Parts: sequence; structure tokens; C-alpha cells
Amino acid sequence: MTSLSEAHASPTPSAASPTSVLRVRCCSSAGCLAGGAAELRQGLTTAVARRELQERVAITGVGCLGPCSQGPLLAIDPDGALFAGVTAADADGLIAALAHRLQAVSAAEREAPLAWRPAAGEQVDIGRPFFTRQRRIVLEHCGLIDPERIEAAIERGAYEQLRRAVQECTPAEVVETIRRSGLRGRGGAGYPTGLKWATVAKMPGERKVVVCNADEGDPGAFMDRSVLEGDPHRVLEGMAIAAYAVGAEQGFIYIRAEYKLAIVNLRRAIEQARRRHLLGAGLFGAPFGFTVELRVGAGAYVCGEETALIHSIEGQRGTPRPRPPYPAEAGVWGRPTLINNVETFANVVPILREGAEWFAAIGTEGSKGTKVFCLTGKVCRGGLVEVPMGTSLATIVSEMGEGCPDGAGLKAVQTGGPSGGCVPASLLHTSVDYESLQALGTIMGSGGMVVMDHSTDMVAIAAFFMAFCRDESCGKCVPCRAGTVQLHGLLQKHLAGDATAADLAQLEALCPMVAETSLCGLGQSAPKPVLSTLRYFREEYLARLKPGPTAAATGR
Amino acid sequence: MSVRTLTIDGHAVAMATGTTLLAAAREVWVPIPTLCHLEGLSPVAACRLCLVEIEGNGKLQPACLTPVAEGMVVHTDTPRLQDYRRTVIEMLFTEGNHVCAICVANGHCELQDRAVEVGMDHSRLPYRHPDRPVDLSHPHFGLDHNRCILCTRCVRVCDEVEGAHVWDVGWRGEHCRIIAGLNEPWGAVDACTDCGKCVQVCPTGALFDKADTSGEKHTDHGWLGALVRARARGQQTR
Amino acid sequence: MKLRFATVWLAGCSGCHMSFFDLDEWLIELAELVDVVFSPVASDIKTYPQDVDVCLVEGGVANADNLELLLQVRARTRLLVSFGDCAITANVPGMRNRLDGAEPVLRRGYLELADGSGQLPHAPGLVPELLERVLPLHEVVPVDHYLPGCPPSAARIRAFLEPMLQGELPVMEGAAMIRFG
Ligand SMILES: Cc1cc2nc3c(=O)[nH]c(=O)nc-3n(C[C@H](O)[C@H](O)[C@H](O)COP(=O)(O)O)c2cc1C
Ligand code: SF4
Ligand code: SF4
Ligand code: SF4
Ligand code: SF4
Ligand code: FES
Ligand code: FES
Repeated sequence: MTSLSEAHASPTPSAASPTSVLRVRCCSSAGCLAGGAAELRQGLTTAVARRELQERVAITGVGCLGPCSQGPLLAIDPDGALFAGVTAADADGLIAALAHRLQAVSAAEREAPLAWRPAAGEQVDIGRPFFTRQRRIVLEHCGLIDPERIEAAIERGAYEQLRRAVQECTPAEVVETIRRSGLRGRGGAGYPTGLKWATVAKMPGERKVVVCNADEGDPGAFMDRSVLEGDPHRVLEGMAIAAYAVGAEQGFIYIRAEYKLAIVNLRRAIEQARRRHLLGAGLFGAPFGFTVELRVGAGAYVCGEETALIHSIEGQRGTPRPRPPYPAEAGVWGRPTLINNVETFANVVPILREGAEWFAAIGTEGSKGTKVFCLTGKVCRGGLVEVPMGTSLATIVSEMGEGCPDGAGLKAVQTGGPSGGCVPASLLHTSVDYESLQALGTIMGSGGMVVMDHSTDMVAIAAFFMAFCRDESCGKCVPCRAGTVQLHGLLQKHLAGDATAADLAQLEALCPMVAETSLCGLGQSAPKPVLSTLRYFREEYLARLKPGPTAAATGR
Repeated sequence: MSVRTLTIDGHAVAMATGTTLLAAAREVWVPIPTLCHLEGLSPVAACRLCLVEIEGNGKLQPACLTPVAEGMVVHTDTPRLQDYRRTVIEMLFTEGNHVCAICVANGHCELQDRAVEVGMDHSRLPYRHPDRPVDLSHPHFGLDHNRCILCTRCVRVCDEVEGAHVWDVGWRGEHCRIIAGLNEPWGAVDACTDCGKCVQVCPTGALFDKADTSGEKHTDHGWLGALVRARARGQQTR
Repeated sequence: MKLRFATVWLAGCSGCHMSFFDLDEWLIELAELVDVVFSPVASDIKTYPQDVDVCLVEGGVANADNLELLLQVRARTRLLVSFGDCAITANVPGMRNRLDGAEPVLRRGYLELADGSGQLPHAPGLVPELLERVLPLHEVVPVDHYLPGCPPSAARIRAFLEPMLQGELPVMEGAAMIRFG
């Protein structure tokens, strides 16, 4: 709805007058907590109490503010000034500066930029492309509201779309709205969400299930975590609307155990919603009810695969099974089950609120809306960004991320994690949408975006991802269990400079075999990083070969 | 009973709805290699040997699980499938330790049979020689993990047919291993009824009768299908 | 001109060579068709000669001598045949690979399993050094043909050699020709 710079400058709806109350929004998401955000927040609260400013300065915890690599971060309302690298030692100075401002008499004094700076940190210019080129739909309230207080979410309209859906729309109308919006699943594969909902809605059966996939296993990705930590009610409401649309009464959120804060925030949010009769039986006076339970997974990557996830929810070993039957037909305990990703559910409320046409007007022909990315790697400004589909990689990486540090020069951008591939610098003009990325041999994936500069060894990258798949293979099917080991061995041989042309031929023969014969998406996509680096950086493989038998000599 | 007509490697065949491609192929004498599949046990489609090409379907499908459909055109033996099958077999041989000459199943082993069928005279993939244990704690039977191909037939027969659920799969990926009870020595698991069904269905020499020595393990799976069918008809209850 | 024929014995039990002897009277026919230029069982020549046409190599590559000889064989032979399961899969000699290295193997054999006064063998130049792992031939050098079996039966060896001697490729198909074990 808003670009982040606007969002940063927007006061809480309850703020009586911009200057009568100042609000400090402290990022309380995992990234900043790791850097000492909890101590900072405590320090601020103490300093406010010491100066008896509780009525004039509000200290609130909020979800991720975006440029996580520079944490801990905080923002000060009403003007939304953003500061990075703030520590507990800065707390007293900041409150003193705010106290000074509150005493200001002239308007000029009140509106002058805050002179305070964190000792070791800096003020972040929210006029930079990192903020201005964003379009926050999924994250519209993330970083603005206190995720611990349901009131904060309700002030910004939470559960209003659920009420409207239940009281004013038929389930079929809700499904139709989602279908017309063009929303596609954000969990990786991009399956049309409306179609999935329609399939589950059509299935016979009284007891259907809605599952939110919050397993988020891609190394380095934390989009879903940020949403769950910063705006949990958004996801709960999206799930409840989905449940109404498909005729389900039971919901599960499958979340990895490492996401401690998200689990705490979700548990609290579920309890709060339940107390207010926003979850539970007989919602909004209608015969519709919906309950949500958390299922905490032990953090196996493969448990993000939907059939493995279902097994895990059922208490079985988390291994995939062949599809069909799809979860829509037979999911949790054999019941028709709708599985969507966190970000998919987080898009539901704005679509209902603003309309399908509004959503469909954002993005490209085949990819509507926005996508949240975790911009990491060799990039000056990394963090969580939300951009309209169709934004070019160049815009995201060079403009918003401000390119590679140390002027090393950008070499490639990796998307889709272990299931994806690289886009070389020469193709950086590529638009970020499902079709364009697929045409280049990579995928949108769930939102990991790793920037690589010229110091990056592409064979090592391929080996890194293969090692990941080797470790994470569930071991059920042969091509993935044994194939990832063989592929990893071949890549290590290349890295060590021991590979011959025959080994390269072996590598190239094994990739399609593993991709085409593996049982689930993990094995099917495990060769992608290899194929992609072979496609764009083949010379790096060739340069390492040592003389030796040719392919023909060893039977390949 | 409605019928679906399809072609398998050019042979027209009509089968009842719900029949698998594997059963349909056998009907017209088209051999499709299998390992994890065993009539009478639930399908898992894990070994990937039976994958076939279906025209108009971009993905290879397991014949042991895919039901026949009207007008399907199935190819079971294309050069691509031949190469992939051989690779699967090579992966199985290289991920364990198969020293056939000293194995109880030598000469009667389904993995050996499959190797012959796919024309494997050597492995193009390197041998890994993992360090795997042998469990001889059971009074009558033994489990040599070196020869286990993780087909899970033992897991399924013990759970689905014997009802004892002694076996499971532990760990993941290359570290997967069949475990008895809660990863206990087999002999320490009280639930085991000593029925020997797992030994009977094991396609390799991994599970064996201690009385057998090299080349002496003979198995016959016909009884399983017969038992399961008889139970389904209520003719036999155990 | 007669084919220059050789057999080589690396890390194997010599069973493949014994099976070769089971060819019985056919050996006499064979002897008329080939010149045996190198063989542990049918020749006294100690160095592997040049320009060998066909060589059957038994056994895996387990020590420095095996490796040196195999490299010679490859360089001097037109058709190198992996002869038997040990040559093709490392088989029984390969069972020591699970100990992961030469040192643990020596320790196991000469110290841990010794009855009391064990000591590690040390005779540089006399006892060849063990390689870290026993490898099948084709993981070391390119191999032209594979003749599996532990040992390959005399019938299988003959079915392999007969076409070979006519300058044709043997058909390596079916249980009779390629079953391991
Ligand atoms: C190995 C593997 C891991 C996956 N991990 C996740 C995950 O962590 N989160 C997720 O939402 N989807 C994951 N998926 C995709 C899910 O199977 C499923 O397609 C998705 O949750 C559907 O939701 P969507 O339609 O909203 O994208 C994974 C798939 C595979 C094959
Ligand atoms: S592809 Fe890998 S993760 Fe998926 S079922 Fe097979 S072994 Fe398991
Ligand atoms: S199980 Fe025994 S006979 Fe079968 S392949 Fe393995 S070692 Fe050979
Ligand atoms: S002997 Fe019978 S009960 Fe025991 S593990 Fe095998 S199948 Fe199960
Ligand atoms: S022990 Fe035998 S039946 Fe069980 S998984 Fe291993 S190979 Fe299959
Ligand atoms: S975690 Fe604090 S800004 Fe993202
Ligand atoms: S027999 Fe079909 S996958 Fe194993």
C-alpha cells in the first residue's frame, strides 16, 4: 500500500497529535535481538521511566524494520527517522534528546531533525532506493505495529476482512476474488492460489484442514519469520479467511523449532484472537468456526515439502510421498487439506480489502502482486525488501542494495536457494517474475536472494548447495539419497582439481537423472545449482580439469 | 467394473480402473524392473526403478503406483529409462557393500537380478565403502546393513501383514538405516514374533536366516500375495 | 600373426586365474591361437612387455606395486579386461576400505588382532606400501571390457574370449555373462 518511507513516517492511528506523543519503535525481531535489541528496549523503557515521560514517549517493540544487516534498529515517530546500530548505551542520550524536543516551544524547533545519533551507529536515510523502491503489501504493518498487542493490529483493520467475508460473502465469492487477483503461491512453486482453494472447496468432506507452511528451510531466508514475528494476526486472519472459503474448521501452522520468537508471538496472537472470539467456534455470529494449532517441526528442510509436512503433523516420520493424491484430495489424516505458505496467506487480507483488480494491477502478466526478498551476500545494503513483481534484478541489487561493496563487481545473483540457480551479471535486467526466472534456469523460490561478486567461486557455490541437499535428503528414494552424495563427490573432485573430462561428463549425465527420477522436489531440484553454474560459468569448471580419460573411455 | 484402454510399448491393453501400470504391463508381458514394490504391501515408489514415460506427461511416473487411464500411451523401455535404471542400480551397489561371492543371497538376489537386467557389468559411479554394522542379536535371524538397499519391504511387511511393527527407518539421507524397535538390537525387541516374514520379503541378503550360509538364502514371495488376498476375502485371519 | 595375450594378478585371491585353468583342454586351443607374453600362471617373464593385444587383469588396486603394474599394463595393452569382481568392484579386498585408510588396516591386522607381540610391518622396498583405499581398475585407468564373476566361470571366460579371438566383441548380456558373485 505504502512505500516504506511513507510507512516509516506514518504515525500510529491512535497518536493524538504528532508532537504530543513521541513513539520509539524498536525492532524486536530475531535479527536485531541477536544484536542486543532487547537490552536496548529495556534501557529505553528505564530511561523514560526515570524521566517520568511515560505519558509522552511510547516505547514499543515492532517487527523487522528492513535493513537487518545493520541492526539493532529503531524508528522514531512521528517523522519516522530510522537509526541503525543502536545499543543500550545509547538509550539515555536518545531519551534526553526526545525530552528536549518535547519541551520545544516553536514549531521550527519541534520539526527540526533530531540532532541525536547513536554512538557507534548512524541514521539511515529513508529516502534511499532501498526504501523508496519498495512496495509494502505483505509487510505493510510489519515494523509499525506491536506484534504483542492484538489492539495494535485491530487498530489497523485486522480481522475486519474476515468479518466481512464471513458476514457478507459466500465462500465461493472469496475463492473467486483470490482467483481473479492472480495470486500465486509464495512457497516456491508459484501454484495459482485461487485454483488450489477452489480444488479444496470442491472436495467432499466435512472436516477439511488448512495448513500454513512456516517451515522456511532455505539457508539464509527469513521472509516468513519476519512476517510471523512482526504481524502474526495478518497470517491468522488469512488462514481463517481461507478456511471459510474452502470449508475447513481446523488449522495448523507448521513452524520450525528454531523460530522461537515467531512461535512465542504466534502462540500469544492465537490466544488473544481466541479470547476476542476472532478464532474459535461461531465467529461473527455465523455458523463458521476455525481453530489454529501450532506444530513445531524439528527443522528438517524436507519437512517443508507438503506431503512430508503432512506426515510430520500426523506424528509420522517426515518423508514425502508420491503425489497424486495431492493434499487437496487427501492431506492431514486423509482429509482434504489446503497448504499455503506464510506469505501467500499474508496477501489474502489486502486482496479482500482492496479488491482483486487492485492486486492484479500490480506486477506482470503472469505474476501479480509483490514479493518479499531477503537480500544478502556481497551487497552494500542487505535486508528484507518487498518489491512489485516485475521489478528488475538490477533495481533490487544495484539500486536498492547499492551494489557490491569494495567495488569488486557483481558476478551473479542466486535465487531460490538450494532449489534455484544463478543469474549472471549480464542478465541483471531480468524482471523478477515466475516465468522470466524459470527461463533462465532458476526459480523465484521463497525469496532468498544472494548477491555474489567476482571473488565468488561458482563451483564452490554449486558444491555448497549440493552439500546442503545431501545433508537434507530424507533418504527415501535412491536417486536423491545416493545421487546427491555422488554429485557432491564429483563437485568436490572438481574443486580439488582432480576431475577429468570424464568426471565432468559424469556430472552432466547425473544431473538430469537425479532431477527426473527423484520422488520429491528436493531431489528433483537439487541439481539446479549445478546446471545453472554449468550454464553460465562453464569455464570455471573447465579451467579446473586435469588431463585424463575422456568421457568415452569410462562409458559415459 | 469400468475398464480403461491404453497402450504399453505398442501393445493395446484394457484394464479395470485402478489397476497400476505395472500390473497392466505384466498382463501384456512387458517386463518393468522393480525393487521396492511387492504385491501385498503398500506402495512407496521409493526405488524409482519402475519409472515409465507417459506421452503428454512431462514427468516420469512410477508404474508400481500410477493407475491406468483411458488413452494413455506408455513407454517402458526408452534409452533414457534404460540409462536411468542402470544408474539407480549402480547407486545401490555403490552406496552399500555388496560382496556377492560371500553373501547368503548370492545367486538368488533381486538386486543381482536387476543388475543383470539393466546390463550393469561395472559401476560407472565410484564405490563408497561405507562402514555399516551387522546385527546378529536375534536368535534365528541376522541383519547385515552392508547389503540393505532401504526398500522398506521389511518395515511394511512387519507393520502391515504381521502387525508387529518391529522395523522403522532411522536417520536420513545417506545415513538412513533400518532400525529395530527404538534403535535397539533386534533380539532385544519383544514385539518381534520370530515369524520370519521380513527375512522372506527382503530382496537382498540383508535379512537372513542364521542357518543359511553363502548362496543358501532362497525366497519366494508368492505366499505374501496369497495371504493378503485370502485375508481380504476373509478366508484366512492370520 | 598371433594375438599377444597376457594375464595379470593384482589384489585378488587368484581364484579368477584358477577358474581360467578350469578351461581345461580349451587352454590348448587357446595356446594355439595366442602368444602368452605375460602371466603369473603361464609364463616366466617378469616384466610386462610392450604391445600386448589383450590382457585379463585379476584383482583390485590395493598397493603401490599393483598401481605401478596396472599403469604399465594400461600403457602397453590394446584391450584391458577387468577380470572378475575384485577387479570390477574391489570386492573382498575392498572390504578393508570401511576402515578408511591404510594405517587403520595395518593396525587392525598386525596389532589389534595380534596375539600379544604384534608389530607393524616395516620393510621399505620389500613390502609394497598399502594404498589408502582398494580401488577397482576402472577408477584408476580406463578399462575396455568387464568380465564379472567371483570367479567368472570357465564357461563365461570362454564365451568372452572366443569372439574376442575372432576380432569380435563378446555380447555381455544376461545372467550367464554378467551376474556378479
Ligand atoms: C524440499 C522442499 C522444501 C520446501 N520448503 C518449503 C517451505 O519451507 N515453505 C513453504 O512455504 N513451502 C515449501 N515448499 C513448497 C511446499 O511443498 C508447498 O508447495 C507450498 O507450501 C505450497 O504453498 P504455496 O502454494 O502458498 O506456495 C517446499 C518444497 C520442497 C520440495
Ligand atoms: S527426493 Fe530426496 S528428500 Fe525427496 S523423497 Fe527422495 S530422498 Fe527424500
Ligand atoms: S545382497 Fe548379496 S547377492 Fe545381493 S547384490 Fe548384495 S552382496 Fe550381492
Ligand atoms: S520376524 Fe516377523 S515380527 Fe520379527 S521383525 Fe521380522 S516380520 Fe517383524
Ligand atoms: S533389510 Fe532388506 S527388506 Fe529391509 S530395507 Fe533392507 S533390503 Fe529392504
Ligand atoms: S530484524 Fe531488525 S530490522 Fe530486520
Ligand atoms: S518398484 Fe516402483 S518405485 Fe520401486
